Amino acid sequence: MKNKKWTKFVAVVLSCMMILMMVAGCGSKSGGGDSEGNTLYIGGIGPLTGAAALYGNAVKNGAQLAVDEINAANPDGVQLVWDMQDDEHDAEKSVNAYNKLVDNGMQVLIGAVTTAPCTAVASEANANRTFALTPSASGPAVTEGNDNVFQLCFSDPNQGIASAEYIATNYPDAKVGVIYNNADNYSSGIYDKFKSEYEASGKQLAAVEAFSDDANADFTAQLNSLKNAGVDLIFLPIYYTPASNIMTQANKMGYDVTYFGVDGMDGILDLEGFDTSLAEGVLLLTPFTPYSEDEAVQNFVKAYEEKFNETPIQFAADAYDCVYAIYDAFGKTGLGTDASMEDICEAMIGVFTGDFTASGLTAEEMKWEASGEVNKTPKVCVIEGGKYVEK
Amino acid sequence: MNFLNSLISGLSLGSVYAIIALGYTMVYGISKMLNFAHGDVIMVGGYISFCLTMYMGMNGWVALALAMAVCTLLGITIERLAYRPLRGTGSLAVLITAIGVSYFLQNSALLIWGANPRVFTSLFDGVDTIHAANGQLTITAESLFTIVANIVIMICLTLFVSRTKAGKAMRAVSEDNGAAQLMGINVNRSISMTFAIGSGLAAVAGVLMCSAYPVLMPTTGSMPGIKAFTAAVFGGIGSIPGAMIGGLILGIIEIMSRAYISTELSDAIVFACLIIVLLVKPTGLLGKKVNEKV
Repeated sequence: MKNKKWTKFVAVVLSCMMILMMVAGCGSKSGGGDSEGNTLYIGGIGPLTGAAALYGNAVKNGAQLAVDEINAANPDGVQLVWDMQDDEHDAEKSVNAYNKLVDNGMQVLIGAVTTAPCTAVASEANANRTFALTPSASGPAVTEGNDNVFQLCFSDPNQGIASAEYIATNYPDAKVGVIYNNADNYSSGIYDKFKSEYEASGKQLAAVEAFSDDANADFTAQLNSLKNAGVDLIFLPIYYTPASNIMTQANKMGYDVTYFGVDGMDGILDLEGFDTSLAEGVLLLTPFTPYSEDEAVQNFVKAYEEKFNETPIQFAADAYDCVYAIYDAFGKTGLGTDASMEDICEAMIGVFTGDFTASGLTAEEMKWEASGEVNKTPKVCVIEGGKYVEK
Repeated sequence: MNFLNSLISGLSLGSVYAIIALGYTMVYGISKMLNFAHGDVIMVGGYISFCLTMYMGMNGWVALALAMAVCTLLGITIERLAYRPLRGTGSLAVLITAIGVSYFLQNSALLIWGANPRVFTSLFDGVDTIHAANGQLTITAESLFTIVANIVIMICLTLFVSRTKAGKAMRAVSEDNGAAQLMGINVNRSISMTFAIGSGLAAVAGVLMCSAYPVLMPTTGSMPGIKAFTAAVFGGIGSIPGAMIGGLILGIIEIMSRAYISTELSDAIVFACLIIVLLVKPTGLLGKKVNEKV
């Protein structure tokens, strides 16, 4: 009997604690939108856990840095609140996160970080009239038919076109091959544009090979067929993880070749355990390099390293620029922070499609098309001595 | 020459599948359950070995031995905590639990090691690749060792199961659990031992796989796990030589279809072959036909 009483007591205490925790949890989360004062509530959505967590966390940190800077620089002006929710790189969870943010009183959205979830969120946001600026979802489906969604990164087609132009001009005699991920619309989207643009310049691709998603795959079959076709430059419109695998396997085969990557190649030098000497001479198209001598970039990298103990990748810089672009554009709308999400959306669309330009870490004078795509000049870098050097 | 190169890649990939498939097939044979967490044990083995070599500067072979020890313990613990309490409650509960354990391992790895992929240093770092026939034929030390290791493991395991007392006990339990118990066999110990062997081999497979294809992520084990499960079914689940043959054939089909048919269709071709084999021989290549006990 005594024993039973004891269990009852523990149960009561535990339930009380649970209720308290729930109440406390609610309190801390609704602190964003409806809080007093001159605050603009910016919501964020991205993968903070799961296989793509690297990108979501970079966005979270990069945006946090910008928010802190803006808030500290002007304590009497508009204060930003940054609230990032996890979507695990899953479209359904992303929409749930979006609904939660709307319930919490979000006024502007930065996100989603990855293309597939962002496409789902974009159509919800379009129906609900939320202004969205995505730091990194580069697929064309994100902006298609959504007048309220804008991209801060290059769109996939633009990356393909820019790469094809660069290779055709600078490596006119190269035998070009491609390895792309046919299960990923980021990779196949870039590849399609690359192919049509490259062939439009009157050249032919020597060999094209594909793989599907699995970063741990065996690439020897693909590499052998590229080698037999005499390919001396491989275009890799894929993420850096499978790319590192390709470089390691090619090296083992004794296949010496030049690689050309796009923004997904960014991060290859920070891959723990990777022999970075294999990446020497890799060309890549990227809007941001932490090794740039630009002062703003250097300050950003320093602040980021101090705060988060790691070198920022391009996603962090994109998010940082997003916050500044939204802050500047919001200033131009002339609205107060008490304006509704819908009013802010219409006003922001007006500003972004007008002659508004934003400058930041990833580009100077970024300008947006009405379609939502951004105009900025891609930089081609080459990896030399373990660093990106602009070409 | 291209054909020989592909054949060697296929044998090496197939050997990795075969070693993983052993874990599936043995566990299925003895406890009639599909241990879907097996693929994730591979990943844990890879990470343990990675940490020991990278952060503690250990020799790769010592790290491999320790990773095997850790995975063996992990396998026994999983069986003890998650599967044994459910024994006899029907296969669906155990299946769902196995999927749960798989997610648990993946997310624990995410918590401990983070989402950033790591690049594994090969066991054979610095060992030269063999070039033959004017450099057209390349054989990496990794593929050579993987193929040899697979054969050695298979021979040892077959001898263990057929010649030793413990192996005989395992066969008895897989034949008839209840009768084995009546004959004085410790069923729990036999099942634990099966999990221990399977998980230890998973660590070997993890290290070999990461040596050849060096990217390590919390999800690293899931795709090879599924392929190896396919290999086990292909060869006849429950049969040890079946796992070896299934793994090798699967690896060769995968690489050959990539080399000669289409890189985009290779997975589709692999699974189409599986369907055809199962249509013709529903128990797999070497599977035993079991009469339904009524």
